[in-house]
Amino acid sequence: MDTRVLKQKLGLKERYAAMTSGLGWETTYQPMDKVFPYAKYEGIKIHDWSKWQDPFRLTMDAYWKYQGEKEKKLYAVIDAFQQNNGFLGITDARYVNAIKLFIQGVSPLEYYAHRGFARVGRHFPGVGTRVACQMQSVDEIRHYQTETHAISVYNKFFNGLHHANHWFDRVWYLSVPKSFFEDALTAGPFEYLTAISFAFEYVLTNLLFVPFMSGAAFNGDMSTVTFGFSAQSDESRHMTLGIESIKFMLEQDPANVPIVQRWIDKWFWRGYRVLTLVAMMMDYMLPKRVMSWKEAWEIYAEQNGGALFRDLARYGIREPKGFKDACEGKDHISHQAWNTFYNYAAAAPFHTWVPTDEEMAWLSAKYPESFDRLYRPRLEFYREQQKAGNRFYNKTLPMLCQVCQIPMFFTEPGDPTKICYRESDYKGDKYHFCSDHCKEIFDNEPEKFVQSWLPVHQIYQGNCFKPGTDPTKEGFDPLMAVMDYYELNFGRDNLDFEGSEDQKNFAAWRGMVQSN
Amino acid sequence: MTVAAVKPYVFPPRDSVEKFPAPLLYIGWEDHLMFCAPHCLPLPPTMPFGALISEVLPGVYGYHPDFAKIEWSKVEWFKSGKPFRPDVSKSLAENGLKHKDVIRFRTPGLTGIKGSHS
Repeated sequence: MDTRVLKQKLGLKERYAAMTSGLGWETTYQPMDKVFPYAKYEGIKIHDWSKWQDPFRLTMDAYWKYQGEKEKKLYAVIDAFQQNNGFLGITDARYVNAIKLFIQGVSPLEYYAHRGFARVGRHFPGVGTRVACQMQSVDEIRHYQTETHAISVYNKFFNGLHHANHWFDRVWYLSVPKSFFEDALTAGPFEYLTAISFAFEYVLTNLLFVPFMSGAAFNGDMSTVTFGFSAQSDESRHMTLGIESIKFMLEQDPANVPIVQRWIDKWFWRGYRVLTLVAMMMDYMLPKRVMSWKEAWEIYAEQNGGALFRDLARYGIREPKGFKDACEGKDHISHQAWNTFYNYAAAAPFHTWVPTDEEMAWLSAKYPESFDRLYRPRLEFYREQQKAGNRFYNKTLPMLCQVCQIPMFFTEPGDPTKICYRESDYKGDKYHFCSDHCKEIFDNEPEKFVQSWLPVHQIYQGNCFKPGTDPTKEGFDPLMAVMDYYELNFGRDNLDFEGSEDQKNFAAWRGMVQSN
Repeated sequence: MTVAAVKPYVFPPRDSVEKFPAPLLYIGWEDHLMFCAPHCLPLPPTMPFGALISEVLPGVYGYHPDFAKIEWSKVEWFKSGKPFRPDVSKSLAENGLKHKDVIRFRTPGLTGIKGSHS
């Protein structure tokens, strides 16, 4: 009888080699260029794919094990939070609006990231790159699922969460994150990596993830915090993929440098524009604030980002073109964005409100250059009008930027009292932009951006009504017809927080916790 | 520059004029950023410019306390940022306004809530 001899386990390095490069081969039935048809058309030259190294050397078997363990812990906390009505421990029902923004605008990006990495994880000729992208693809769908589960408890008790997926494809402000990601998904694999792995995950992720997760911690939302912890180790792997992919492209051929630089300019700016939503969330939507947007920008962008671009200078890369304008925007964009949602609060499935006196004092202290001079007067005016039963709702649709799709509320560099208008003519039509940088993105790829699905224009073209709607009927109300198309419950999901069902319910439930 | 693509990349523009019930006109009121962004309106090219002022703008901007104080004869107009002298008796088209043009108006002396450009 033969004795079974246990084989020596492979070491980390050998196992990584066996599970990555060991799985690839040079194809012979079909030429490699046909098997990987998108590897060259962007102009990026790669001479040696084996130079790609994943510093984590993570292989699929280890991946499943780690993720499984994290999952068990995460769901234990989510269950406990749900069973103990943990939502009653949050600071204030206004906080839930930050969660609404997250599930509406950020979670769907996780799903898009899953799809994007699945695609590029097929199309890179390098095996190590493919494996790293495939694992990120699995991470991203897991994040989408766990975020949905962590936040689902709020949907049982609060409005504005019940139709996040439906809204993502329709509601005006959600076209901002949606079009951002679809731009990346329709680019080639190298641009996708630069856009998502580098510009978004490496340069800007700390400005997205940290504010939401520490916002959750500060405001008693343990469910979302635990999700954050569970995703954190994935995020560090994603950031590493981002920096490694940039360095790899730059080291492979000097001709890659100008192409990568243009992508960095583009995607830094596109990502920065999406983060406007986070800026507003940090300064206005958290009842207990973590830090101001301006402070976060100074730490994560100016200090960390500055160091990064000094480091990349040896490859011939400079800081993104829009960096200085983005730094100037730190005093303004959160206030301008909140004003926009206050204007259009009838058309958004979350609530807005005028900050309290204490909150305005905090904003003055954090924004000594801008708040009292430019933004406080309008908020105080809104409050007066609201008290008089005349809450301001802007009823005319706004002009949007053709590229970032954000209403044109950003102001001129150097003059925050003037809206920044830019335009280009292309094949007999005019196109408008919020900034020099969005204009430059358009001018580089006009054929792509003439196809932008701008919500305001789509409404006017009649594409945002439910089938069977007759706009010629007597008494036709276009706004209500659009809300019907959004499947937004008018008067529950939208309008001001003051007087909302969320506000009343939360007060009643908290009352039941505290007394008979 | 053009899009990098593996095959010819040509698509029709999504917002050409024939897709709308009327050409679009963008309008912004300078120094009144309480209205967070300029507005977008489909307006018949035959509409007199005067009707834009008397019929359309009150519905858009009438909420603002400065709106009632505007002296329309003194208002400065801009088209694509350059000074523009509309003839109020002529139509939008006769004033040279085409699909997706952007005009702004400045109301001298009126600078928003407590002079804050709001």
